[in-house]
Amino acid sequence: MTQPFRTHDTGRIHRDQPLRFTFDGRTLTGFAGDTLASALLANDVHLVGRSFKYHRPRGILAAGSEEPNALVTIDRGGGRITPNLRATQVELYDGLRATSQNRFPSLSFDLGAAAGWAAPLLSAGFYYKTFMWPPSFWARLYEPAIRAAAGLGRAPTEADPDRYLHQYAHCDVLVIGAGPAGLAAALGAMATGARVILCDEQAEFGGSLLAEPAATIDQWPAAAWVVEAVSTLATSVTLLPRTTAFGWYPDNLIGLVERVTDHLADPNPHAPRERLWQVRARHVIIATGAIERPLVFPHNDRPGIMLSGSARTWLHRYGVRLGARSVVATNDDSAYLTALDLHHAGVAIAGIVDTRPDPTEDLVEAARSAGISVHPGQTIARTEGRMRVHSAILSGGTQVIPCDSVLMSGGWTPSVHLFSQSRGKLRFDPATGVFLPGESAAQEVSVGACAGVFDLSVCLSDGYAAGGGGVRHFAVDGIPTLAPSLVAAPGTPHPKAFVDFQNDITTADLALATREGFRSIEHVKRYTTTGMATDQGKTSNLNALATVAGLLGATMPEIGLTTFRPPYTPVTFGSLAGASRGALFDPVRCAPMHDWAMARGAVFEDVGTWKRARFFPLGREDMHAAVARECLAVRRSAGLFDASTLGKIEVVGPDAGIFLDRLYTGTFSRLAVGRCRYGVLLGEDGFIRDDGVIGRLAEDRFHVTTTTGGAASVLHHMEDYLQTEFFDLQVWLTSTTEHFGVIAIQGPRSATILAGLVEGIALSDMPPMSVQSCRILGLPARLFRVSFTGADGFEINVPAGDAQTVWDAVMAAGERYGITPYGTEAMHVLRAEAGFIIVGQETDGTVIPDDLGLGWTIGKAKPDFVGKRSLTRPDMVRDGRPQLVGLLTKDPALVLEEGAQIVTLTDGAGPSLGHVTSSYHSAILGRSIALALVADGRARIGGSAFVPMPDGVVEVAVVRPKFLEAGAEANTGAPPAIGSVSAAAAGRPRLAEATPRTMSREATPAVAADHDGSDVPNVGTSRPPVRSAEPRPSMKLSGFPASPDVHATALAPTSRLIVRASNAAATAIGASIGVMLGSVPCRGIVSRDRAALWLGPDEWLVLAPEAEFSLLEQAIAAAGDIPASVVDVSDRNHSIEITGSRAAWCLNTFCALDLDPTAFPIGMCTRTLLGKAEIVLWRLGAETFHIEVARSFAPYVWDCLAEAAREFGS
Amino acid sequence: MLLIPCPWCGKRPENEFHHAGQAHIARPEDPSATTDEAWADFLYIRTNTKGRLAERWRHQHGCGRFFNAIRDSVTDRIAATYKPNEPPPA
Ligand SMILES: [Zn+2]
Repeated sequence: MTQPFRTHDTGRIHRDQPLRFTFDGRTLTGFAGDTLASALLANDVHLVGRSFKYHRPRGILAAGSEEPNALVTIDRGGGRITPNLRATQVELYDGLRATSQNRFPSLSFDLGAAAGWAAPLLSAGFYYKTFMWPPSFWARLYEPAIRAAAGLGRAPTEADPDRYLHQYAHCDVLVIGAGPAGLAAALGAMATGARVILCDEQAEFGGSLLAEPAATIDQWPAAAWVVEAVSTLATSVTLLPRTTAFGWYPDNLIGLVERVTDHLADPNPHAPRERLWQVRARHVIIATGAIERPLVFPHNDRPGIMLSGSARTWLHRYGVRLGARSVVATNDDSAYLTALDLHHAGVAIAGIVDTRPDPTEDLVEAARSAGISVHPGQTIARTEGRMRVHSAILSGGTQVIPCDSVLMSGGWTPSVHLFSQSRGKLRFDPATGVFLPGESAAQEVSVGACAGVFDLSVCLSDGYAAGGGGVRHFAVDGIPTLAPSLVAAPGTPHPKAFVDFQNDITTADLALATREGFRSIEHVKRYTTTGMATDQGKTSNLNALATVAGLLGATMPEIGLTTFRPPYTPVTFGSLAGASRGALFDPVRCAPMHDWAMARGAVFEDVGTWKRARFFPLGREDMHAAVARECLAVRRSAGLFDASTLGKIEVVGPDAGIFLDRLYTGTFSRLAVGRCRYGVLLGEDGFIRDDGVIGRLAEDRFHVTTTTGGAASVLHHMEDYLQTEFFDLQVWLTSTTEHFGVIAIQGPRSATILAGLVEGIALSDMPPMSVQSCRILGLPARLFRVSFTGADGFEINVPAGDAQTVWDAVMAAGERYGITPYGTEAMHVLRAEAGFIIVGQETDGTVIPDDLGLGWTIGKAKPDFVGKRSLTRPDMVRDGRPQLVGLLTKDPALVLEEGAQIVTLTDGAGPSLGHVTSSYHSAILGRSIALALVADGRARIGGSAFVPMPDGVVEVAVVRPKFLEAGAEANTGAPPAIGSVSAAAAGRPRLAEATPRTMSREATPAVAADHDGSDVPNVGTSRPPVRSAEPRPSMKLSGFPASPDVHATALAPTSRLIVRASNAAATAIGASIGVMLGSVPCRGIVSRDRAALWLGPDEWLVLAPEAEFSLLEQAIAAAGDIPASVVDVSDRNHSIEITGSRAAWCLNTFCALDLDPTAFPIGMCTRTLLGKAEIVLWRLGAETFHIEVARSFAPYVWDCLAEAAREFGS
Repeated sequence: MLLIPCPWCGKRPENEFHHAGQAHIARPEDPSATTDEAWADFLYIRTNTKGRLAERWRHQHGCGRFFNAIRDSVTDRIAATYKPNEPPPA
C-alpha cells in the first residue's frame, strides 16, 4: 500500500493529483500540496539524513523552515543541483528527485557512523585541541579528512544554468508573515489605501490557521477566512508567497528571496528561478510567528522524535499521521492538543510525559477521559531504537513505553530574528521565559506570536491595528487559549542529549565549555559551534542559553542572547548574484572602432571595463611579431590607433585658465589659444594622480585629456575643488569622453597622409603641441598635433558616431604609405622607447613629479596649486627617493619581468632598491628595454645593478629613461643610438596617452588562450563562464524580447548640449534656444521638439532633433558675455525608450529608485544607476520612460532591460 | 543600503553616492605658510569619531553635487544634510 500513513480525509493536499518522486532512488508517491517531508512521512520514511558530526541517523524534527535535520539535495538535471534544502520547504512536483546527504555508502548503512563510537573524541573544541600539530598536516591530512567525514551536501560542480534576477520595490507597509496576525495587518494596511506588500515563506498563506480545522473567525472556518482574506488582499496588495524575508538592512531595506519556479515540474525557462527583492518599506510589520522548542533529554534525536506542534501540522495540513503509537513529552499545554487530535485521528497515544508536576487540570482531564495516561512531573530519561525510535524510558528508568514516535514540546520561542536584525533591543519576559521585541530602532512593529501573543483573537486585532486599520474585533472560536510555558530546566549534562541538532551539540559539550572557563554566550557559541549551523539555531538557541545559565547558576537575561544576523535561512549564491554574471557581470565598453578592429582580427585586452585592441596579428603572427611590426610601421611610416577611451573634459568659463593653474602643476592661464601643454595632476598629498595633454581652444575653453582609467576620477577631483574650495571661480566642467572618437596617427608620414583630408587649415601652420578646429570629410573635428611615441603625430577628435568614417578615410589615404593599425601593446612599447611614463605603471600612488624627472612640469612662479605644499615635506626631499631610470640587460634578447626587484648585490640578495615598472622588446632598437623606479636612480646612471629573475640573477646597465633619440625614427631603419639623452627638452612628454594597465604581462597567455579557444565549449568545469572570451560587436541594441507588456526602442541620433550656468544665465540661454532651462530639480521641460532636462543645480541636458542647425552656436551666442558653459555632446549618449505596463518593473530590476507615479511623476528626470551603468531616466508617460546612456554603456543597459523583460515575452 | 537625503534631489539610495571623507577640514589659506606638522595634520589626521560626525558626500550618480551629512557612526543614521558652504546644523 502506498502512503500508509496518509489519513483518509484530513489535510489540504489534493488527493486527485498524485505525484511520483524519488528519494535516494526509491520511487514514492505523494499528492499536490505536499512538501517532500510530508510525502516522505506519509510513506513512513523517517530516516532522512545523517548528522553533521557523529553521522547519527536523523529524521524530520519540524514542519517548517526551522528544520535542522532533513537536509536533502534536489537534482533537476542539467546541472541544476541544490544541496542543503530543507525537505520541509521543498514542494513536491511530479518527477522530483531528492537524495539524502552526508552518508556513505547509504543512509541505513553509513560507514561514517563510526564517528559516533569515537564521540568522546569529538567534543567541543575538538578541532582546536586535536589538529594542532604539525601545521603542515592541516592542508594535507586533517582538513581533507574532516571535510570528507563531516559536512552537508556537496556543492554542484557545473555552472548553474538557471536565471536569477533582483527586483527593487517600495511600499508603505511591508508585512512579513501571512499567518493570522500578518493577514490581519495587511487587511488593516490595505484599508488605509497604502501600498502594501505581504510575503510569506510558505507556498500557502494562512500560517497556523491552516492547521486549525476547528477554529472559526467571525463565524468562518479559519481556512475559509484565510481564502476570503487573501482574495480581498489580492485586489490591491502585492502578494508574495514562497518568499522569505532573510535580512534587514539600514533604513528599512528588507531582503526577500522569492522562489519562483522551484515548485514547478516544468518551469517557464524565461522566468527566473529565484528573485531577490530589495524592498524599501516606510513601515514593516513583523508577523513571523513562533518556533517550538525541543525537549533536551538523552537520545532525543532519533528518527521518529519530532516536535509536537509540527505533528499537528502534518496531521491537519498534510493529512499525515506520524506513526501508530506515539509518546508525547512536554512542558507545555499545546502538546495536549496534539495528543488529543492524534488520538481522534487513530494514533495510539502511549502516554503524555509532562515535566511539570502540576499540569493544567482541564487538559489532563481531557486527556485522561480520552483514555490517555498522563505522567506529570516525569521526563524521558532516554530513548531506544536505531533507525527509528522504538521505546521511551521514563525518569526513574523502570518504565519503558514502546512507541514509534515521540512528540515533544518545550514551549514556543517567538521568532525575533528580524526584529533583532533591525537593531531593536530584545527584552526578557520573565512571565513567559523568552525574549520579546523591546525598544525599536527602525520603523517596525511586531505582532502576533513573534511578539509573544498566542491568543488568536488578540493576534488578529493587534495585526489589524498595526496595519493602520484601527480597532477591530475578531470573533474567534474553536481554539483554546493556552498559557505559554517557561523553558524547560536542562537535565544533567549528557553526551547524547542534543541541544543543536544540526551541529551535533549536546549538553555535555556546553558543560565542557563552561568547565573550561567560557562564560560569555558568544564565546560558548563559537567554541562549541552551537547555533552556528545553517539553521542558525532556530530550535536550539534558547535551550542552549537555558543550559548555560543553569550550568553557571545565572539567569537567562544575565547570560544574554547571541546576535541574530542575516540571512534568516540560507540564500543561494545565484540569488545574491542576480543577473550580474556572464555578459552582464560588468558593462563591456567598446570604443568607436571596435567592430572594425574585430573584423581585422584584433586581439583585445580588458582595460577597466573597456575592451581595447591590443594588437592586430596578420596571418600566424604571435603577439611579439605583431607588436614588432606595428612599432616599426610607426617608426618608419605611420600607424593608426584608436585612442577614444582617453578621458576628455571640457573646461569652460572666464576663470578656466586659473582653475587649471590651481589643479595642475603647470601654468595654463598663459597658454596661447591653439596651443597644448602636458599637465600633471597631483593629489593634495603631492602624489601623481593623472596626466594628460591640455589644449586651449579659446580664451575661456580648454580641452583636457586624462588617462583612460582616470576619466571619471579626474572629473570628480575637479568638481570637488570647484564645488567645495574654489567658490571664487566661474568655471564649468563637461565630460566629452564619449562624444569624441579619437584617432591617433603617429609616425613620420602622418602629416603627409593627413594633408589631403583636412579642410580649413594647413598642417604646416600647426607646430607640435598645437590644436586647431577644422573639418575632415566635412565633419567638425579638433585636430591635435601631439605625440605619445616620440614621432610626429596627430590626434583627430571627431564625433564618435562618425569616427569610423574618418578612420576609413585615413586608412585609405595612408594605404600607399603602408599605414598600419596598432594596438595598446605597441602603444606601450612606443611610449617607453620615447621615455614617456604611464600613470598607474610608472606611478603607484606614492610617486611625485621629481621622482619621474617631471619636475620641469611645475610652474615655479605659481604660489600654489593642489599638492604643491606637499612637495616640500621632509619625505619628498629626502635622499633615496625612487627615481625613474632606464635599464638595459646585457643580453639584448632578455626581457625583464615587470615588477622584478632591483638590488646591488651580484647574488640577487640584499635590500631592494626598487622595481621594474615597464619592460618590453623594442623592435626599432633590436633589444629589450625597461623602465624602473630605483632609489637615488639618477645618481646610479652609468652604473649597473642586478635583477633577480626566475632563471637567475641578471645584470643590467642603469641608463637615462629614454631610449630613442628625437628624430631617431629615421627612415633607414638602422638601430639608433641608445642610452643617453643630452637635451632634456627633447625628452618632454608630449601626449600622455596613459592607460593604467589592469592586466599584467603574465596575463597574456590567458587572453590568447581564451581567444584561440573560444570555440571550446565551457562545460563540465566548475570555472565561471569566461567573460567575453570572444569579443562581441560594440553595438547590439536589438533582440529585445517581443512582449505585449514591455517594449524598448533605440532612438534615432539626437542633438545634445550640456549647458552649465547659473539660473539667470540659463534663463537667457533657454530663451534663445526655445526651451526653458527650469530651476526645479529633477524636472524635464519639453517645448515643441526640444527638451531641457535638469541634471544638477547648474546643469541641463538639452535634446533637439539631429537636423537642428547650429543649436550649439545659437546657445553659445545667447550666453554672450554671461558666464556659462555650453558644450556639444551629441554623440556622447544613446537614447532608449522603454514603454508598457511592465516598463517600470523592468527598470526596477536594475534601478533602485521608486518609480511609482507618486514618487516619480511624469516629467521627472534624474541621473541614476541602472545596474552598473549611469543613466539619465526621464518619465514621459505613465508607462513610457526615456533613457539617456553613454554610448559605450548602451549595449549593457539594453541587455539588462532585455534580461528583465524576458519573462514577459510572448 | 542607506537612504541618503541629497539637499537637491531628496532621499536617494546609497549606491548613487560617493563618500568623500570628513567635512569641515579647511584648506589653509596659504599652504606655503604652514609648518610641515600642520600640513601633515591637514592631509592625514582625522577624528575617527565614534558617534555624531560631519562628513562629505557627493551625489555622484545624481545631481553631481558635493554636500555634507551629519551621520552617527555607531547607528549609521544620517541626522541631516546641508550644502558645502553652509554651517553644520546644531
Ligand atoms: Zn542630488
